[in-house]
Amino acid sequence: MGGPKMERSHKILARGVELAVCRSDQFKTGLLGVTLAVPLQQQTATANALTPDVLYRGSRNYPDMECLSAATDQLYGAALGPAVRQRGESQCVSFLCSFIDDRYALDGMALLEPAARLVGEVLLDPVTEHGVFRRDYVSGEGANLADEINARVNDKRGWSIYRLTQEMCAGEAYALDKLGDADEAVGMEPETLWSRYQQLLERSRVIFYYGGSASPDRVEEAVLQSFQPLLHDRQVQLSCQVVAEPDHPVRRVTEEMDVTQGKLAMGFRTGGVTMGTELYPALLVCNALYGGTAHSKLFQNVREKLSLCYFASSMLDTIKGLMVVSSGVEFADFDRAEQAILDQLEAVRRGEFTAGEHTAAVRAVVNNLVSRRDSQGQMEDDCVTQLLSRGEWTAPEALAEAVERVTPQQVAQAAGMIRLDTVYRLTGKEGQ
Amino acid sequence: MQPMDYATLRERVYAGKLPNGLQVMVLHRPEYSRQFAFFATRYGGMDLRFRGEDGGGWVDTPAGIAHFLEHKMFDTEDGKALEILAANGAVDNAFTASHITGYYFEGTRGFEENLRTLLSFVSVPYFTQESVAKEQGIITQEIRMCEDDPENAVYYQLLESMYAHNPIKTQVVGTVESIAGLTPELLYQCHGAFYRPGNMVLCVAGNVDPDRVAAIAEDVLPKGFSSAVQVDLGQPEPPGAVRAYAQRKMPVAAPLFELGFKGEPAPEGGRLRQELVAQLACDVLFGPSAPLYRRLYEQGLINGSFDCYYSTAPGCAHIMAGGESRDPRQVLDEVLKEARRLVGEGVDGPLWDRLKRAAYGGMVRRLNSLESICIDLAQAYFDGDDYLRFPELFQSIEREDVQRLLECWCTQQRSSLSVITPVDGTVE
Repeated sequence: MGGPKMERSHKILARGVELAVCRSDQFKTGLLGVTLAVPLQQQTATANALTPDVLYRGSRNYPDMECLSAATDQLYGAALGPAVRQRGESQCVSFLCSFIDDRYALDGMALLEPAARLVGEVLLDPVTEHGVFRRDYVSGEGANLADEINARVNDKRGWSIYRLTQEMCAGEAYALDKLGDADEAVGMEPETLWSRYQQLLERSRVIFYYGGSASPDRVEEAVLQSFQPLLHDRQVQLSCQVVAEPDHPVRRVTEEMDVTQGKLAMGFRTGGVTMGTELYPALLVCNALYGGTAHSKLFQNVREKLSLCYFASSMLDTIKGLMVVSSGVEFADFDRAEQAILDQLEAVRRGEFTAGEHTAAVRAVVNNLVSRRDSQGQMEDDCVTQLLSRGEWTAPEALAEAVERVTPQQVAQAAGMIRLDTVYRLTGKEGQ
Repeated sequence: MQPMDYATLRERVYAGKLPNGLQVMVLHRPEYSRQFAFFATRYGGMDLRFRGEDGGGWVDTPAGIAHFLEHKMFDTEDGKALEILAANGAVDNAFTASHITGYYFEGTRGFEENLRTLLSFVSVPYFTQESVAKEQGIITQEIRMCEDDPENAVYYQLLESMYAHNPIKTQVVGTVESIAGLTPELLYQCHGAFYRPGNMVLCVAGNVDPDRVAAIAEDVLPKGFSSAVQVDLGQPEPPGAVRAYAQRKMPVAAPLFELGFKGEPAPEGGRLRQELVAQLACDVLFGPSAPLYRRLYEQGLINGSFDCYYSTAPGCAHIMAGGESRDPRQVLDEVLKEARRLVGEGVDGPLWDRLKRAAYGGMVRRLNSLESICIDLAQAYFDGDDYLRFPELFQSIEREDVQRLLECWCTQQRSSLSVITPVDGTVE
């Protein structure tokens, strides 16, 4: 572990505005990201999700997609794009730009400064008409966003998990769609969106991230030059409601669709274990052992031994304290699969796993953590997630060391805190 | 293992051929924490009819067998192979495409043990009646999942419309019926034909010793020299598409489409160049910097899901583009019109310069990923190309190359359109 040189620095530029830099010569590229984080709320979710798409249609200097695309072409095909992410109960609106490192520019061009300028321009200086966003851009992107929201149904596995989460967390901000509401997106007025955009700029928490070969000083200078309007104090409260245990009997939801394979999604609460809590490393190992890898109990038993499904796996939301098990099964096998999935969790609770299974799970988690430094995108994501949920940014190696020390008893203890909350089934239409 | 330096990209690759015919390539990346190893055979979903060097007759196999074999290779007689990888925390997996099957692991510890394990379980087959029957259950579920996947449906519907004979149009996973009759004997026969070292390549990237990689491969794999097998891809393809249009209904939110232009396979040793030319042709014709993209987008005929790419396999090559659209036919009409305009008026000079610059940058960015680079190196080796020579190849490509390709490929006769339309009541 450890690996070659990688220097991290983290600086507060103003209250609620921070810059994180991970300097390394390892990559062919630099990655610059700017993230605006706000609480995920019904009234603002759609507008916040729509804003980056509208901004990405054109800035004052590059007023349409063709001009904007030409500008990224000039930066050796820099990949610039908007992203909307959900972290716990926060909605994050980002622009990410990946561009080749100066060493690979055939004409010796420096890429960081013009890339920062372009990102800053797209985010802060949009093309306008009558002092607000262009109406055709708002209606075009509103329709596209509605299409994107409606297209969730195309991916049946993703859909089953999405529906599960909505049902399980009904009444919690977590259940809101990070993309907002399709009808609201279609009907968005340029004036409304413009005022929401101003609020987003004024009242969000701001995180700048850079990964690449440039020095932190050079990055800071580029950020100061290109994002001046954002560099002022702001007060933002971001939180996430963690429900340790369900306060109701297991909730069951079954829906029908014209599909040939059933989808089973089971939602659990992790008993209040989340990122930064004492049992967090044990929960990561527990998930790997139970259903997080191809060597896990779910994969080995529900898929390989019982041949019940093509996939059965578990995943965590470590900010919200959720675990979701997802599987694709024949309609006739729903009950058997559900029972088998619960049986395996029970086995982990009782500590029925070998020392080999435990070591493998520990090493799988460690491998995943240590590998993250080889990906600029994952490092950016980790940085934003950590700064938002815990306010500090640590190297994955520190967590990896804690994971190495997790005992089988702690794994069983973490599993013992997990409670089934809601079961969602997507089944075929009657008569199929 | 001989080092090859690629100055522009600052890369060094060690390459060599073992006495048994296996090509070994190691990309030296001392600064990475992970190691990635990719072991691949030139065998995939389209290689259904083959003849060994041993003088036997043609063997016909059912659709989906290469993919089925890939699943079964993870079984070993003692069942320990995956435990070793798991014990080291490594992540292993495999995929089967139309003309390549690849097995890989990535890990941060126990590299040599992991590599031995990978090479061993892929090269030593072990199938039983029982294990084949069990796999049929799992793969049946995988096939069902593909059947419900509209992206998969729109893609294969297009290939079926474009190709009369080439087995590229066969679903890699096969069908529930086609895999029902598979036997251990047939699987052994395919393994014997295609998983010989002379038909395979090993690519490793990370902080590893190239000579150790070669030594381990030599130690673990069969010793005798073996060459490639002969595959029958059916009758030569006519240049035109079989059908201009095909559609079906599925539970999707909005119509999905994929349009295709049937091209010509590249000559031996010219595949990477053709790929660069064809990818640039895509950028010129319907990339986001080109005028057509903006026009279609502003008219609401395409959205951000629109994507275009070139793809090739033995005996075939094509350009495809697709996404969601309320009027796919109009998209195709506009594309054909734009292709005619480009052929007539030529490609705009400044546009050409920046597209080339952007394409080069895009390929450099891709080199961050050890996975991408190993797969690209392997594929290029099978194609007789040297992947990391792409910066030099870019220099040699002119506007006229792209115009010629557009003129020859992007015609009504070579085009086909595949559409998936929503069934009523998909979204409540």
